[in-house]
Amino acid sequence: MTDLIPVVSILAAALSVSFGAIGPALAEGRAVAAAMDAIARQPESAGTLSRTLFVGLAMIETMAIYCLVIAILLLFANPFLK
Amino acid sequence: MIGSPLRTDVLFHLGPVPVSSAVAVSWGIMALLVLGAWLATRRLALRPSRTQVVLELLVETIDAQVHDTMQVDPAPYRALIGSIFLFVLAANWSGLVPGIEPPTAHLETDAALAGIVFFATIVFGLRARGVRGYLASFAEPGWLMVPLNLVEQVTRTFSLMVRLFGNVMSGVFVVGIALSLAGLIVPIPFMALDLLTGAIQAYIFSVLAMVFIGAAVHPAPPSRAPDAPASSDRRDPS
Repeated sequence: MTDLIPVVSILAAALSVSFGAIGPALAEGRAVAAAMDAIARQPESAGTLSRTLFVGLAMIETMAIYCLVIAILLLFANPFLK
Repeated sequence: MIGSPLRTDVLFHLGPVPVSSAVAVSWGIMALLVLGAWLATRRLALRPSRTQVVLELLVETIDAQVHDTMQVDPAPYRALIGSIFLFVLAANWSGLVPGIEPPTAHLETDAALAGIVFFATIVFGLRARGVRGYLASFAEPGWLMVPLNLVEQVTRTFSLMVRLFGNVMSGVFVVGIALSLAGLIVPIPFMALDLLTGAIQAYIFSVLAMVFIGAAVHPAPPSRAPDAPASSDRRDPS
C-alpha cells in the first residue's frame, strides 16, 4: 500500500500542472488580445497599456505558478512520503 | 540543477552560521553592484562620459517608471525600487555564469526580497500618512473590509515571493532537464528565454513593489473620489 503514495503524488503533480495551466493560458490570451486591440485603436497609450498588461499578466500567471509550486512540493517535499 | 529546488546546499560554515550557495552568490552580486555603482559615480561631470550617460539613462528610466506608476515624486523611492530592480535582474541573469545558480531560484532569497517590500510598504505608509492615517487606510471602503485588507497584506507578499521563485526556478529546472536529456547545445534557446523571463520578472517585481507602496502612500481611489466627482464623471465616458 505504501507504493500507492508516490504514484498518486506523481499523477497529482502532472494533473495540477496540466489543469492549472489551462485557465491562466486562456486568460492570458484574452488579456493580450484585449491589449492589442486597445493599442491598435490608441497607439499613443501603448506605454501605459503595456505596463498594465505586464502587471496583469504577472497576476494571472501567479495562478499557474501556484500549481507548479504544488507540483514541485508533491514531487520533492511530499509530507506524506517519509 | 535537477535535484529538489527546495533544498539548500550549505557551502561553508561561518562560525556557527551555515552559508548556502544562494547567500554567497547574492553577496557576490551585491558586491558587484556596489563596486559598479562606486566606479561609475566616481567621476561625475557636467559634460557626461559614456558610462555616465548610460547611468543617467538608467536612473531616468527608473524615475519615469516610478512616477508613472505611483504618481508621486520619485526621489524617496528611487533607491529602494532601483536597488530591487537591479538586484533581481542581476540575480536572475546570474544563471548564465557557468556553475552559478540564480539565488532567486531558491525560496529564501525571494522571501527576503518580498519581506523587504512588505516592511517598506509599512514604513512608507506610516511616513506618508501617520499612524492614524495608515491604520485607517485598512478600513478604506468600510469596516467590513478590515480582515480582508489584513489578509491581503500577507497573501500579496506571499504571491510576490512565490511568483519570482516559480518563474526563475522553473527556468533553471527546464534548462537542467534539457541538458540531461538532450545534450550540450539544446538548452541554449531555453537560456535565451530565461533571459527574457528574468528581465520581465525583475520588472514585474519592482512594478508590484511600486504598486504596493503607492497604495499605502496614496489615499485609495474611493476616498479621493469625493474631492473631484464632477471631473472624474466627465472623464469616464471618453
